[in-house]
Amino acid sequence: MEFFRNVNVDWLGKKWYFLGFSLIFSVSGLFSIFFWHHIPQGVDFKGGTKVYVQFSSTPDVQAVRHALDAAGLHDAEIQQISAGPLNSKSNEEVIGLPQSQTSEAALDAGRAAITQALASGYPQNPINPSQTQVEVVGPQVGKQLQVQALKATLYSLAGMLVYLWFRFELIYGAAAVVAVFHDTLITVGAFSLTNQEITLTVIAAILTLIGYSMNDTIVVFDRIRENLRTQRRDTLSDVVNRSINQTLSRTVLTSGLTFLTVLSLYLFGGEVLHGFSFALVVGILIGTYSSIAVAAPMLVAYQNWRAARGKAAVLPAGKKK
Amino acid sequence: MQKNLTGKTILILAILAVFTFLAFGVPTSWNAQGIGAGMLNPIKVAGVSLREGIHLGLDLRGGSHFVLEVEVADALNASTDNDVARVETDFTKAGIKGAVVGKTDAAKHPELITISGISPDKIGAARDVLTGVTYSNIYDLSSNPDGSFSLTMKPGEVARIEDHAFQQSIETIRSRVDTLGVSEPVIQEYGLGKYEILVELPGVDDPARVKDIIQQTARLEIHQVVGEPYASESAALQALGSIPPDEELLHSADITQGANAADEVYLVKRVAEVGGSDIRDAEPSKDSTSGMPDVVFYLTAAAGDRFYDFTKANIGNKLAVVLENKVKEAAVIRDAIRDQGNITGGFTQQTASDLSMLLRTGALPASIHYLEERTVGPSLGADSIRQGVISAMAGMAAVMVFMLIYYRGSGINADLALFLNLIILLGFMGFTGSTLTLPGIAGVILTIGMGVDSNVLIFERIREEIRAGKVAATAVEQGFGHAWLTIIDTHVTTIVSAIILFMFGSGPVKGFAVTLSFGLFANLFTAVFVSRTIFDALLNKRDRGAALSI
Repeated sequence: MEFFRNVNVDWLGKKWYFLGFSLIFSVSGLFSIFFWHHIPQGVDFKGGTKVYVQFSSTPDVQAVRHALDAAGLHDAEIQQISAGPLNSKSNEEVIGLPQSQTSEAALDAGRAAITQALASGYPQNPINPSQTQVEVVGPQVGKQLQVQALKATLYSLAGMLVYLWFRFELIYGAAAVVAVFHDTLITVGAFSLTNQEITLTVIAAILTLIGYSMNDTIVVFDRIRENLRTQRRDTLSDVVNRSINQTLSRTVLTSGLTFLTVLSLYLFGGEVLHGFSFALVVGILIGTYSSIAVAAPMLVAYQNWRAARGKAAVLPAGKKK
Repeated sequence: MQKNLTGKTILILAILAVFTFLAFGVPTSWNAQGIGAGMLNPIKVAGVSLREGIHLGLDLRGGSHFVLEVEVADALNASTDNDVARVETDFTKAGIKGAVVGKTDAAKHPELITISGISPDKIGAARDVLTGVTYSNIYDLSSNPDGSFSLTMKPGEVARIEDHAFQQSIETIRSRVDTLGVSEPVIQEYGLGKYEILVELPGVDDPARVKDIIQQTARLEIHQVVGEPYASESAALQALGSIPPDEELLHSADITQGANAADEVYLVKRVAEVGGSDIRDAEPSKDSTSGMPDVVFYLTAAAGDRFYDFTKANIGNKLAVVLENKVKEAAVIRDAIRDQGNITGGFTQQTASDLSMLLRTGALPASIHYLEERTVGPSLGADSIRQGVISAMAGMAAVMVFMLIYYRGSGINADLALFLNLIILLGFMGFTGSTLTLPGIAGVILTIGMGVDSNVLIFERIREEIRAGKVAATAVEQGFGHAWLTIIDTHVTTIVSAIILFMFGSGPVKGFAVTLSFGLFANLFTAVFVSRTIFDALLNKRDRGAALSI
C-alpha cells in the first residue's frame, strides 16, 4: 500500500496562501492573548486553590454555587467535567479559588473552606473523599514556576538553534526556530481562544511539540541538503519543492500516526491529561504544516534576499555530514 | 552477500532478556503470585512485578505533595541571641557595667548586634572583649562615632548557620514523618527556590494532621520571668515604658485563635535558660494531682547541670515554660531542679503524645511555612493509571495495525522494534527506580510515536531506492544509510529539549522528560540496529534478486 507516489506539488508557489493562513491564526491568537482571554494560567502559575471533587450523583451547578456563596466563597470558579467526549456530564467538578482568597500563611484554608461549604450547603449530594484532588499553590511558587517554564522554553529553542547551526548552517537553524516559534504561538493562542488553562503539564506538551515540529523540519532540511549536493544545476525552489515532495509520504504518515496516538490520549486519557493532549493535538497539526509552509519558504526567501543584494545566490549546501 | 549475524542476534537477545528481567523481575513474583492466585496469570504477574520495580508517582498512586520553606532567619536570630547573652556575661566578668547589648532590628537584620551605653573609660576594655577570638572568628566589629559598637556576623558564618538550619529541618521532618509510619516518603531539598523542602507522602489523602505535625517547630524553652504578668500587651507597654533589649514580651494564649481567649503577657529574659536542643527525652504522662494528661521532659546531662545552677541561684523567682513562643506555664522556683520538668495545661491524650513525639524528634531550628500543596485521592490515581494505560495501548495497537497494513512484511519488523522499545524503556525505568507519573505515561506514548517515525523514515527511503531500481539488499543498505543521518538529527534535537526539560522542570514535568529521553535512546537501538538485523537475516535466506515485502 502506498499513499503518495511521485507527488509533484509546487509548495513554494503557494507561499502567499501559507502566509495568509499563518497570519490569520497567529493574529487571532495574539488578539485573544492581548485583548480577550489573555493567557489563561492554571493554579501552577497564578497561585490559588483548585479542588477536584467527585459527588455521589451528577451535581447541580447552581446548588454548588449556592453552597459556596453561603460560605462566603463568592469568587469560586466552578467547572463541570465531562466524563468523556461522548457523554456530556459526570459527577465531577473542579472548584477553583483565586489567589486573593488563599494566602501563603493559610494554604490549607481554601481546601477546608470548600469541603466544609459543600458538606453544609449541599448535604444531599456528598463528595467522595478518596476521589478528591487538591492543588494549592502560593504566589511565591507560582512565580518561580512561571520563570522556570519560560526558561525551559527559551533554552530548549536556543539549544536546538545551536545544534542546527552546528549541523547545517545558521539560516537553517533560524528558519527552523522561526517555524517552531510560530507553532508555539499558535498553540498558546489556541489555549487563549478556547480559554483553557495553561498548566505545568501543558508546558511539557508545548516543549514536546517543539521537539516534534523540529523533527519534521529537520527531515525536510536533511533532504534539501542532500539534494543540493547532487542536483547543483536546478534552482533552489525546484530542489526545495522536490525535497518536500520526496519526504511528504513520511511527513504525512508519521504525523498521522502520532496524531492517532495523541488523539487517543485526548479522547481516553481523562481530565488530568486533557490540556496536555489538547496542546499536542493542535501542535502536531500545526507543526507538520509549519515545516512545509514556514521553514522551507523561509530558506528560499533568504536566498532571494541574498540574490537581490548581489551576493552569492546559492544557499549553502550545509556542512559536511 | 551473506552476512554473519550470529553476534548481533545474540546481543539483541541478551539485551531483550536483561531488560525483560529488569522490568518484570521474574522469579519471586512468579512463585508468590502463582500460589496466591491458585493459577498462573501471566498478565497479572507482569502487572504486579511492574508495580514493584517502577515507582508510581503521587498522581498515580494517590498521596500528598508539599513544598515548604524554612525561615532560616529564625535560626540566625537564635544564634545571635545567644551571643548577646555571652557578650553580657563577658562584660560583667570584665567589670564593664551599664552596657546595653541587643539587636535593634531583629526582623530585618538578625545578624546585627549593637552595643551601646558603655562609659568612655571602659571603651578600651570593651573593645578588648569584643576583639577576642570568641567573637572575631564569627563577627566583624565596627565602632561608631558615638562610642557604640556593632557586631555584624560574617557572611560565611551566616551561610553556615542558615545551611545547617535547613539541613537540620530536613532531618527533623524526616524523623517526624518516619514516626508517623508513612511508607516511602520523599523528603528532600527542592531546587526551585532557596531553602525549600519537598515532602511527598504516598497514600496520605487527608494531610491535615501530618501537615500540622510537620509544621510545629516544637521549640520548647524555659525563660526567666521578670516581674508579674500583665493583662495585655498594651498594659505591659504602659507599665514598662519601653522594653529593655535583653527582654521580651510573650503571650500565654494563641493570639491568632481570636481575642476572647484568656491571655496574659509575661516579660521574660530574651535568652532562654533551656533551649530546644537541651531536651533528651519526653513522654506523655498524667498530672499527679489532677489526673489530666501532661508531658514530662528530660534534659541532657550538661543542660541539667546548667539548669541546676540556675534554679539554685534563683529560688523564689519565676520561670516560664515557653512552647512555640507562647508561655505554656509559669511557676515559682521552689527548689533547685536538675533534669526533669513537665508541661501541663489543656492536653488531650492525643495532643500530649503528639507533643512528646515532637520533643523527642527534636525541635525545628526555624519555623516553616507551606508554599504549595497537592493532594490526589488514591482511587483518582487508579483511574488515571487505567485511562493512561488504555490510551497508550489503544494508540500503540492502532499504530501497529497500520504498519502491518501499509508495509506488509516489513510491518512485522517495525512492530517488533516498537515492542522491544517498550520493553527496554520499562526495564530501564525499573532498573533506575525512576518514578512513573501521568505525564510519564504520555512520554511513553510519544516515544512510541518517535519509534514509528524512525521506522517510517527508513522504510520510505528503502521504497525510494527500490523504485530507483536497486535490488533489495542494496536498497536496505542505502535506505538505512540515508535515514540514519536524519534519525540522528531528529533524536538529538528531541533529546536536547528533553534534557532542558529535566534541568528546569520539576515533579511531573521531570518524569515526562526522563521517560522521553530513555525512550529515545532505546529507539535509536531498536529502530536502527534491531530492525536492520532483522532485515539482513531475512535477506540472507533469499536470493539476491528476491523482492522485499515493503
